[in-house]
Amino acid sequence: MAVTVAEREAVGAAPRVRRPAASRPSWSSLLYVAPALAFFAVFVVVPIVQSVRISFYDWDGISVATPAGLSNYAAVFSDPDLRQALGHSLVLLVFYAALPVLIGLLLAGAMSRIRIHGLTTLRAVLFLPQVLSSVVVAVAWRGILADDGPVNAVLRAVGLGGLARTWLGDFGTALPSIGLIGTWVEYGLCMVLFLAGIATIDRSLYEAARLDGAGALREFTAITLPALRPQISIALILTITFALRNFDLIWNTTRGGPGTSTTVPSVFVYQDAFQDRALGQASALAVVLTVLILVVVGIVQLALRERPERRAGKGVRA
Amino acid sequence: MRVARSESVLTHAVLIVAALVAAFPLASVIVTSLGGDGGASGAGSVGFGNYVEAWTQGGFGSALLSSAVVAITVVVVTAAVACLAGYALAHMRVPGGRILLGLLLIGLVLPYEVTVLPLYQMLAGWGLVDTYGALILPQVGLSVPLGVFWMRSFFASVPTELLEAARIDGAGRFRILRSVLMPVAMPAVATLATILFLFTWNEFLLALVLVPQNQAVQTAPLSLSFFSGAQHGAQPDVTAAAAVLVALPIVVAYVVLQRRLITGLTEGAVK
Repeated sequence: MAVTVAEREAVGAAPRVRRPAASRPSWSSLLYVAPALAFFAVFVVVPIVQSVRISFYDWDGISVATPAGLSNYAAVFSDPDLRQALGHSLVLLVFYAALPVLIGLLLAGAMSRIRIHGLTTLRAVLFLPQVLSSVVVAVAWRGILADDGPVNAVLRAVGLGGLARTWLGDFGTALPSIGLIGTWVEYGLCMVLFLAGIATIDRSLYEAARLDGAGALREFTAITLPALRPQISIALILTITFALRNFDLIWNTTRGGPGTSTTVPSVFVYQDAFQDRALGQASALAVVLTVLILVVVGIVQLALRERPERRAGKGVRA
Repeated sequence: MRVARSESVLTHAVLIVAALVAAFPLASVIVTSLGGDGGASGAGSVGFGNYVEAWTQGGFGSALLSSAVVAITVVVVTAAVACLAGYALAHMRVPGGRILLGLLLIGLVLPYEVTVLPLYQMLAGWGLVDTYGALILPQVGLSVPLGVFWMRSFFASVPTELLEAARIDGAGRFRILRSVLMPVAMPAVATLATILFLFTWNEFLLALVLVPQNQAVQTAPLSLSFFSGAQHGAQPDVTAAAAVLVALPIVVAYVVLQRRLITGLTEGAVK
């Protein structure tokens, strides 16, 4: 230790500076960053710039592109099909983000009050849906929701056979069914995130709350909920991003059907780009989708960022 | 803590239901895959006939191999470039480093949809569509943000004294990375590798767009998607067997690595 202090003084850095070596810009450090930067620039940044550029043209990918001004963007918000797809995305936000976070909070709140037996196994099973490929998930749920699947079998067994239907093939139930698959994919992730957060809460806070006569609800709002702020923020960011960019699950269950009842922007991006050869339209939609995701993520981060002094105050008030 | 025993029992019951719901679809697909016996010997029989049929018809041997080649290459390349960049961003004054980190942060939540179309055209221009390159190169690019953030936050947590001691001993910057930091970074690298492997293995849209025609390099999820689409929709038990084949390697790896993966993801995510 003495040596490091001596070294710091020798370089002339203030004693409190944590990284003396970082005082001057080091151009050679770019050599270390270059390989990662090259991959990122060529395969992420350049394509995005290209997408933005293509979005201002009418182009079928083969003949000469003609400038289209903002018409592709106007179509995103005026074309009834695309507007409907954006609407579906909003519905899916409830199923993919709001429900899993609420379920996760509810269960995590209950778990914070007791000692859980078999926690490691429980966590591993709850996290399983995150590990499976969405194509596997789609195949599994297509079977479960099929005409002769277990859901209908249960309904028929309890005398509700009238409700039985091909859930993913029915105009009224296809979108909520996909939504519930999304809920299933995400609630375990939320629970596992919140459990990790709860593990960092000082147990004596709960003891103190109970001595003060706080009930389960009070305990949850005063201690658990404020402490989980970072986990709630990350859970919302992950689930909202998943909801808005979701392609795999829908493509492998309904392809947007029946009719247009489960279309989402990403399905149109794929179809416009690779099936209908409307490259400008596809790009504009992709750009809007990206901006939408960045804005929503930004809002969540701002709304839930750590504010220690406010947080303490809130805890007391609640 | 004093909580009524009935509450503890009730909470456990609810948790068991939650776990059963989480496990049910996989269990259901396994049960389906073992029934019917390839549709050959009629319903009611139990066996692996569906697996034989899925394996021979769907080319899943080659698909699983492709997935492994792609995922392992992406993991190795990404981890290597992420260690270099993460080290520099944590311990050197990189010109424009803050801007770079901001860019990478955006990269973390970017929808692939916005990159796939130009990627396709770019890779087609290079003659790489329908090759391993078309799967590996973009996937490395898209994994770089996570990798760099991950390694940067780990390297930043290493006590500066350790680096300075090495510096005083006359070690150069690369030597410090190789001999001082990498040995202690191995657990962080292993967790990163597990996460990247999982993401890459399961990636669907990139594969669908970038290797649409060449069955030899198609990944397992893509093969499953094609297989379960058109011609096998009428054979749910064979499709189920195919799904189990695709899920099996990842589930086995998950059973072994779940502790590392979950702890890594929950802690890393909040960072």
